[in-house]
This record gives sequence, structure tokens and C-alpha cells, in this order.
Amino acid sequence: MESESEAKVDGETASDSESRTESAPPPVSADDTPEVLNRALSNLSSRWKNWWVRGILTLAMIAFFFIIIYLGPMVLMIIVMCVQIKCFHEIITIGYNVYHSYDLPWFRTLSWYFLLCVNYFFYGETVTDYFFTLVQREEPLRILSKYHRFISFTLYLIGFCMFVLSLVKKHYRLQFYMFGWTHVTLLIVVTQSHLVIHNLFEGMIWFIVPISCVICNDIMAYMFGFFFGRTPLIKLSPKKTWEGFIGGFFATVVFGLLLSYVMSGYRCFVCPVEYNNDTNSFTVDCEPSDLFRLQEYNIPGVIQSVIGWKTVRMYPFQIHSIALSTFASLIGPFGGFFASGFKRAFKIKDFANTIPGHGGIMDRFDCQYLMATFVNVYIASFIRGPNPSKLIQQFLTLRPDQQLHIFNTLQSHLIDKGMLTSATEDE
Amino acid sequence: MLELRHRGGCPGPGEAVAPPPREGEAAGGDHETESTSDKETDIDDRYGDLDSRIDSDIPEIPPSSDRTPEILKKALSGLSSRWKNWWIRGILTLTMISLFFLIIYMGSFMLMLLVLGIQVKCFHEIITIGYRVYHSYDLPWFRTLSWYFLLCVNYFFYGETVADYFATFVQREEQLQFLIRYHRFISFALYLAGFCMFVLSLVKKHCRLQFYMFAWTHVTLLIIVTQSHLVIQSLFEGMIWFLLPISSVICNDITAYLFGFFFGRTPLIKLSPKKTWEGFIGGFFSTVVFGFIAAYVLSKYQYFVCPVEYRSDVNSFVTECEPSELFQLRNYSLPPFLKAVLRQERVSLYPFQIHSIALSTFASLIGPFGGFFASGFKRAFKIKDFANTIPGHGGIMDRFDCQYLMATFVHVYIASFIRGPNPSKVLQQLLVLQPEHQLNIYKTLKIHLIEKGILQPALKV
Repeated sequence: MESESEAKVDGETASDSESRTESAPPPVSADDTPEVLNRALSNLSSRWKNWWVRGILTLAMIAFFFIIIYLGPMVLMIIVMCVQIKCFHEIITIGYNVYHSYDLPWFRTLSWYFLLCVNYFFYGETVTDYFFTLVQREEPLRILSKYHRFISFTLYLIGFCMFVLSLVKKHYRLQFYMFGWTHVTLLIVVTQSHLVIHNLFEGMIWFIVPISCVICNDIMAYMFGFFFGRTPLIKLSPKKTWEGFIGGFFATVVFGLLLSYVMSGYRCFVCPVEYNNDTNSFTVDCEPSDLFRLQEYNIPGVIQSVIGWKTVRMYPFQIHSIALSTFASLIGPFGGFFASGFKRAFKIKDFANTIPGHGGIMDRFDCQYLMATFVNVYIASFIRGPNPSKLIQQFLTLRPDQQLHIFNTLQSHLIDKGMLTSATEDE
Repeated sequence: MLELRHRGGCPGPGEAVAPPPREGEAAGGDHETESTSDKETDIDDRYGDLDSRIDSDIPEIPPSSDRTPEILKKALSGLSSRWKNWWIRGILTLTMISLFFLIIYMGSFMLMLLVLGIQVKCFHEIITIGYRVYHSYDLPWFRTLSWYFLLCVNYFFYGETVADYFATFVQREEQLQFLIRYHRFISFALYLAGFCMFVLSLVKKHCRLQFYMFAWTHVTLLIIVTQSHLVIQSLFEGMIWFLLPISSVICNDITAYLFGFFFGRTPLIKLSPKKTWEGFIGGFFSTVVFGFIAAYVLSKYQYFVCPVEYRSDVNSFVTECEPSELFQLRNYSLPPFLKAVLRQERVSLYPFQIHSIALSTFASLIGPFGGFFASGFKRAFKIKDFANTIPGHGGIMDRFDCQYLMATFVHVYIASFIRGPNPSKVLQQLLVLQPEHQLNIYKTLKIHLIEKGILQPALKV
């Protein structure tokens, strides 16, 4: 069982022996920790040094997160895109290392090409949905958007045909493996990142609260585990404990409630992001929906006796935030276990070494996978209906007889509901 | 190209290759025995070997038993082996084509069931190959989980289809309304349950295998299930959008084979040594002609041309409508060089026939890439056929490998060039909105329709 010294690429450690990974945290090879930190912490013991490095980097990342939020939706979108590309790169690099397939003909080009195609498809759909007026104005954009699916499919097909033509006799199996690997990675990473962007367009609060809940759960579970941890949770991740899990759950729910209370007060978080034609930029200005208006709720009898209040003023969104935090604490960790299982299966310690003390970008984002999809599904099912401007846009492309049919049905429906009276119709 | 390196501690290419029986007992047999840490890493490493070894070292997977019926065998026992094979293939081809016609006659609902049946069988074939490749038949929970994921994804897609096309039916039934409204959430919850079961089922010794099978299942679902649902959506546009593409692919298969058989000389691609350029080009032209003629014949009948609708009063599928412009004869003036050849000024064509040229071209030029992909796949995993379901032809997947890309292409083509969005879907979405939004939209629409002259402003009495 020799160590994989010849397989290290870009400072990745792929350790073969189980015993080495279970020992005290081994020194990070190709250490990216800045010299400053190294010197400042040089006299502390190795365990506390590691703790401090992690702590400082955590604070740095959180501060960075706040700055980005301040800079606005456009910058957020760009950041999401960069994170996505980096995650994709990390996973593909692992694939190369596992299969020693770095030199497969064409394969690196094809992976990036597929990433480009899928991104083009998703961004095109997003732009068409949310920037409808802008798209209708500019002639080239209009054509691109009308035939968008066809163009994306053609681009994908070209990649597919290139793959088939690049199959080489000795390496068929490897090439198919890498093809499968790329597609699964695209499925996981790229679709999730686009759902994140859709959530962002609903209102920045739908982006910030879920991500913060997952981060909070990570940190809280770690703290509770550190101080109170006793019973192991799952064989996959020996460091996780039940105490951490449950403590993290309650702490995250409380955090979610507080955070949503604070954020629901501000329009810039609560309003859907819209593109203003006149100013040619993003605006977040609107009349807050019911969800973000304080309402009186009656406290159930049980809690009434404890707190001594009859009613409480809350935003309805805070009720939803309980659902989001619960998901983040209970199911989010499964994303983490999945990533841990993946790392064990392929015998790697971290996805990459981008962030000192934390590993790669994927290590930070592994619990977020399912969160993005959940929020998107949650919004689609419980919060909003379809986008009204998108509906109008679809309506205008129908045939006249279909338009008339829909119009008449809508009219009778509204009259039934009492929204319209037949009298006003004759005006 | 550099020599691909092997993981540390494994036999090099010149040394003895691990014989199949030893691999067979590793994962399939006794994982109950106490293993030293050496053996634990050894199992995963063994499959690591499988990954990085070059193809020639991988043992061939024997196909399952021959299923040719006894009758055929007796009838053809006198012929030589080559002609016998040809006859079996021919008879089975005719049988499949007649079955196809029979099902078309029986209507769209039967076609949907057929598509579903084929999808399930293809999924089963590919998953079985995965088991054989990785000797992972006995992985804990894995078979259950694969079928469960298939069920989830199908539930999701069928639910979306039902919601889109059966809006009136759905509005009537209370429980269905609930299921439709929260459809995405329910599907996601079901998928999550499967995902969590997978995570909980991860066993230390078989981590890597389990991840492989997980990925294998997902890629298979992506390829097969999404394509089959695009086929069904195309079917709802009108049966001609289902029949013509599939027939073009089948025709291309058959005519390329015949042209190759009689005239084949120059090989086309190393992957499939039996394909020739003559077959490819001959197949292309015959398919275009076939598509053109079939489109002409089918465009006459409302049964094929009309979108499939569900009528609540009759409680069945109806295909009755006013054929759209695409299916009404138009006079086209011929370009000059054709005029000289055919000596006619104008010709009456259905506009759909022009589209059929595009469909046939795709079927002949790009469809075969699906076939090459499947050939590469079979070579990579050293199998001769996907399965032995159809005697002389192999498995269902062997017949449908060229159809993969066709289904997506037809769907994308329709969405981009033919129709706009589905009217009943727009209506359904309108009805779900908040009343104030509905009112706003109503006012906007009214203004728009009056502007266009579709709606006459009513006169005040």
C-alpha cells in the first residue's frame, strides 16, 4: 500500500491507507495558509492552530458574504456562477485523478464544452423569463431567445458527436466513465446553481436565509458537538454526534426566525429582483407582499402560560423560515454525508485545497445541494403561482382563436368569482 | 498518448490478469466474513484496477441464453448459418413492424403504455449490464433503490403531463387537484427519501461500488426516462409527430443496412466496422424520400394530424379537430431547375412535408451517432448485445439506440418552429393565480385583443 505520491495533482492528497486518515489532522500539503497567519500562530499547538485557522477563515468567508450581498444581485449572480465553475472543476479533477485519465484525448475540452452548453441553456431560459422586455427590444436577442432551445440542443449535439468521434479503442471504458462523470456532475452542480439564481430573483431573502441557515447549522452542530458531543451519529462521518445534530437543529430554527424577522423589514431583501428598462439596471422596489407584512398571531395556550403574551406580531415569512431551517438541519446534513461517502469511496480527504483549513469550495457547499432545490420547490408549491408577465408573454404567442378561447374562459371564471360583473363588461 | 498508469500495488499489464472467477466471489459472495484491512481496501482496489486497466485486460461478459423459439429453429434448420441468421432477423423485423401498426390502430393510450413498457425494459437492461460489470448484484438495497428512483422520476414526469394535458379532468376531482398543486413538492419529497436511503445504505466496504451504481442509475434515468417523456409529449401534439420520426429512424436503419449489404465498400467509422459510407449515404436519400411520402400519406387523416385531447364527457382520448395550416395542401411554385425536370409550374404539398425533410435528415445524419454511442458502450463493457430479448436482434435497447436523440430533437423542433405554448397549460396557470393578478391580466388581454381586432368592443346599448 504505497502512498499515491505520483498521483498528486495540484496539491491533492489521495491517501490509500485508512489508518492515516483517522489520525490527528495531518498537515495540509501545498499549504495555502498565508505566511502572516502561519507566523502569528506558530507557537500554538497543532490542534489549536488548526482551530484558529478554520475560525479566521470562517469569519473571512462570512464577511465576504456580507460584502457581496451589499453589492447587489448582479454581483451575487456572478459569484454563484464562479462558485459553480470552481465546484465543477474540483469534481472533474477528482475524476481525472481517480481514473488517471488526465490525458484522455479531447476529454478536458469536452467537459468544459458541456459545462458551457448547459450554462448557456439555463442562463438563456432565465434571461428570457425575467428580462422579457429587454429581450423583445433587441433584435439579435429576440431571435436567440425564440430559437433558444434549438440552439442549445444543437450545441449539445455537437459535443455529443465529438465525443463519439473521439472514442479510441484502448480507452473506451474510461471515456464512457468520464462522460458519465461529467454528466452527473453537471446534473448536481449546474442545475442547483441555477435554482439558486431563480430563488434570488424571487427576492434576496429567499437566497440569503436558506444559505445562512445551512451555514449556521454547520457551525452550530460543530460547536455543540465540540462541547457536548458524545454519541456518534453515523458511521460515515465519525466526527458527527447526535448532540451536535439536535443542538444544531434547535439553534438553526431560532436563528432562522430571528434572521427573517430582521430581514423582512427591508424592501431590498424582500422584493423580487426586476430589471428596469429605463435605468438599465436591477431594481428591488415594490410593495411588499402579504408574506412580509406584520400580522397578529394568537399564541397557542401552552406557550401563552410560559411567555405571558396573548398574541405576537410576526411576519408570515417567519413561519416559512421554520420550514426552511428544519430542512436545512435535518436533510441538509445528508448532503454532507453523501459528500463524505464520496470522499471515502475515492479515498480523498478534501475535494481540493482552495481554502486553508476548510478544503475545497465543494467542501463548504456540500450541504447546500439539496437546499437550493428544496427552496425552489417550496416557492413553486406554497408561495407563488406562475409568473404573470411570463403568462402574458406566452399568451401573446398563441393563435388568435386560442387567445379568444382563453379570454372567454377567464372572463366567465372571473364573473363566477364575482371579480367582474356583467355590467362592467359591456363598457 | 501516454500509457495510463496503474494504482500502486496492482499487477502491471505484463503480469497475470486476475481471472473472472476471483472477481466474481469478491463482492457477490461472502462479504460477511471478517476481513483484514488489507482485504477491505483490496476489494475497492480491485475495482480500481478495473477502472484503470486498459480494455483488453477486462474479461468479456458472457451473454445470457438464446431465446429463439423452437418453431423458428426447426423451420430454418436446413439453411446455412448465415442465411438462417438473416431469415430470423427478417421475420422478427416484420413481426415488430406489424406489432407497431397494430398498436397505432389501437390508439394513443395504448401507444403511451407501449412507450412506458419499452422505457421500463430499457432501464432494466442497462441496469442489469451495470450489475454484471461491477458484480454488484448483491449490493445492499441497490436493486430496490434503482427501481424506486425510476418510479419517482416517472411519477414526476407523468404528473406534469397529466397536469398539462388533462386540465379539465383534473379540475373535477378533488384529490387530483391537491396532488397536482403540490406535485413538485411531493415528487421532490419522494426523491429525497430515496436519496437519504442511499446515504444511509452506504457500507464501508462497498462505498465506491455504490457510488458507481448510483451514478449509473442517474445517467440511465437521464437518457431513457426524459427521452421517453419527450416522445409522449410529441405524441400529444399529434400522432404524426410520433410516427414519422420513429419510422424515419427505422427506415434509415433498414435501408442503410440494405445499401451496405449490396453496395458497401468503404468503412465509415472504426467503432462500427460493419457500417459503410455507401450505406450511410444511400440510407440518407431513401429516408428523405420515405419521409416525404409518408408525410404526404399521413397528413390526410385527422386521426394522425390532430392533437390528442382528453374529452371529459366521453372519458376517452379524441383526435378530432380542424387541421392546422401545416396539414392543408398548398401550392408551391417550384424552383427553376426542378421545373425543368418535372415540367410542372406548381406542386401541391403539405407544409408538413417540408418539415419532414428536416426530420428525416436528422434521423439519417445524427441518429446513427446514437448507434455509434451504443456500439462504443458495448465495446467498452465487452458485451455483444444489451440483452437477448428479441432473437436475432438483441435487446430492446439495441433497437432503440438510434431513437435517443430523435425524441429530443423532435421536441425541440416543435417547441422552436411549430407551436407556441400549450393553450390549456396557459389557462390552467391563469386559473391558479391570485384574483387580483387575474384581473390585471384580464384587462391587459382585453386591450390587446381589441387592438388586434380579434375582439369587437361591445357597443353600449
